[in-house]
Amino acid sequence: MTGIHIEAVNKVFTGAGGDVVALKDINLTIGSGEFVCLLGPSGCGKSTLLNAIAGFSHPTSGRILAGTTPVSKPGPERGMVFQEYALFPWMSIEQNIAFGLEIAGRPAAAIRERVDVLLNMLGLHDFRARFPKDLSGGMRQRVAIARVLALDSPIMLMDEPFGALDALTRRNLQDELLKIWKQFGTTIVFVTHSIEESIYLADRTIVMTYRPGTIKRDVRIALPRPRDPSAPEFNRLKRELGELVMEEQQRHHQAEMAATTAD
Amino acid sequence: MNLSLLKKLLHGGIVPLVALVLWQLLSAGGLINPQILPSPLAVLHKWIAYLAPAEAYTPQLGSYARWLVSGELLHDTYSSISRVLGGFLIGAALALPLGLLMGANQTVYKLFNPLLQVLRPIPPIAYIPLSILWFGLGNPPALFLISIGSFFPILMNTIAGVRQVDGIYIRAARNLGASQMTMFRRVILPAATPYILTGARIAMGTAFIVVIVAEMIAVNDGLGFRILEAREYMWSDKIIAGMLTIGMCGLAIDMAMSALNNHLLSWHRGLEH
Repeated sequence: MTGIHIEAVNKVFTGAGGDVVALKDINLTIGSGEFVCLLGPSGCGKSTLLNAIAGFSHPTSGRILAGTTPVSKPGPERGMVFQEYALFPWMSIEQNIAFGLEIAGRPAAAIRERVDVLLNMLGLHDFRARFPKDLSGGMRQRVAIARVLALDSPIMLMDEPFGALDALTRRNLQDELLKIWKQFGTTIVFVTHSIEESIYLADRTIVMTYRPGTIKRDVRIALPRPRDPSAPEFNRLKRELGELVMEEQQRHHQAEMAATTAD
Repeated sequence: MNLSLLKKLLHGGIVPLVALVLWQLLSAGGLINPQILPSPLAVLHKWIAYLAPAEAYTPQLGSYARWLVSGELLHDTYSSISRVLGGFLIGAALALPLGLLMGANQTVYKLFNPLLQVLRPIPPIAYIPLSILWFGLGNPPALFLISIGSFFPILMNTIAGVRQVDGIYIRAARNLGASQMTMFRRVILPAATPYILTGARIAMGTAFIVVIVAEMIAVNDGLGFRILEAREYMWSDKIIAGMLTIGMCGLAIDMAMSALNNHLLSWHRGLEH
């Protein structure tokens, strides 16, 4: 299994309105098999950091290692689950899950077997021949997770994967994800702006600051699983993290107000 | 038959029926010269004669089935439709690869776009003199004109189709390790298919217009030729019978395209995004 090392990463976006420092001096080591949440208001660079780990964008300076390999481009060893699901609508559920295996050149029989296992594991068996448009958001996200699991990615990157789901479906998928994580020993980096979600899921929650994106606090969540969101300790953490996030949310708000008056 | 279907038929049939009855009454009453506007019954009569084999069946004419389809109308319809399909296929075979390349590659786009933008507004009909000069008479100029008529709608829609592919699919495929070739074949092409098929449908409509004009000028069979020929003999009933056949063929082709569309895009219907 594989950890992630982020070393002195900076990311500057150059635009017509001047430079925006999205990430500033990020140093972070994520252990193999660790479940880490990136938490913060919008504009704090959490998705930028995730995209850099995925290899979709390159840091302006510094470097990112997946295991011992520097990240230079996207690859199946760092599987991504997108908020918008990003399933291929012209492929059936089965074909969506099999696509990465076909790209990897696995033999047909092995692909079929693997897909069968995943369909069963995620409760998608009855939907194998259906198309994404026939599925609810929760079901679609299961397919997206299965697509990443198919490739045995040691690292799974998740960009607000449950953000668009209703509360019950969300809890359901969170539990399922924890089960999968435990079973596969995957390293997970999970972007969210939900404080509760990060406490419910993560071993560690990284709170990020609003522009420039830096690491404000690295909080270890040592609660035993399954976690009870109504437990006093859970709520103490929620308050603590809530205050940290709120400070950044305020800065975000003020920056927006300033930008509006400047116009 | 169920009642709602009957109601629908009645609803849709009433205006054509009234029009036909009025038309018949006007012609039968001698108000209109039948050479200007023949009665609908005369047109129907002519249509059946046009459809039927020219001579009575004798075993010398070969098999019965062949005799049955030996009528002029079927021959003309077959000629026109095979020209449409032939020209359409040539146009599509040129437009599709070029459109995919131009949509995917900015350099290719910049190289070809200026020339294509100058050529595109020229109606296919305007190529008639040149096509006869180049290809003489017969099928070649007709196919040339139809392929030009089909080329541009497919080209423009293919370019647009490739360009509108949602970046999220590209990112997901790159994440799964897709090579350039796989990306193109399994992601960009299917994502662009709705646009390409729309282009094909428009192209089919244009091809059908062009085939009639081309047959009036360059060849001596087909539905377009036949209605122009009928004018020389003042056979207005045959002209109208031919026009109605053209209408029916157009409708049949469009329905076939639409069925193909629904078949290929079953994944797409009702898609959000």
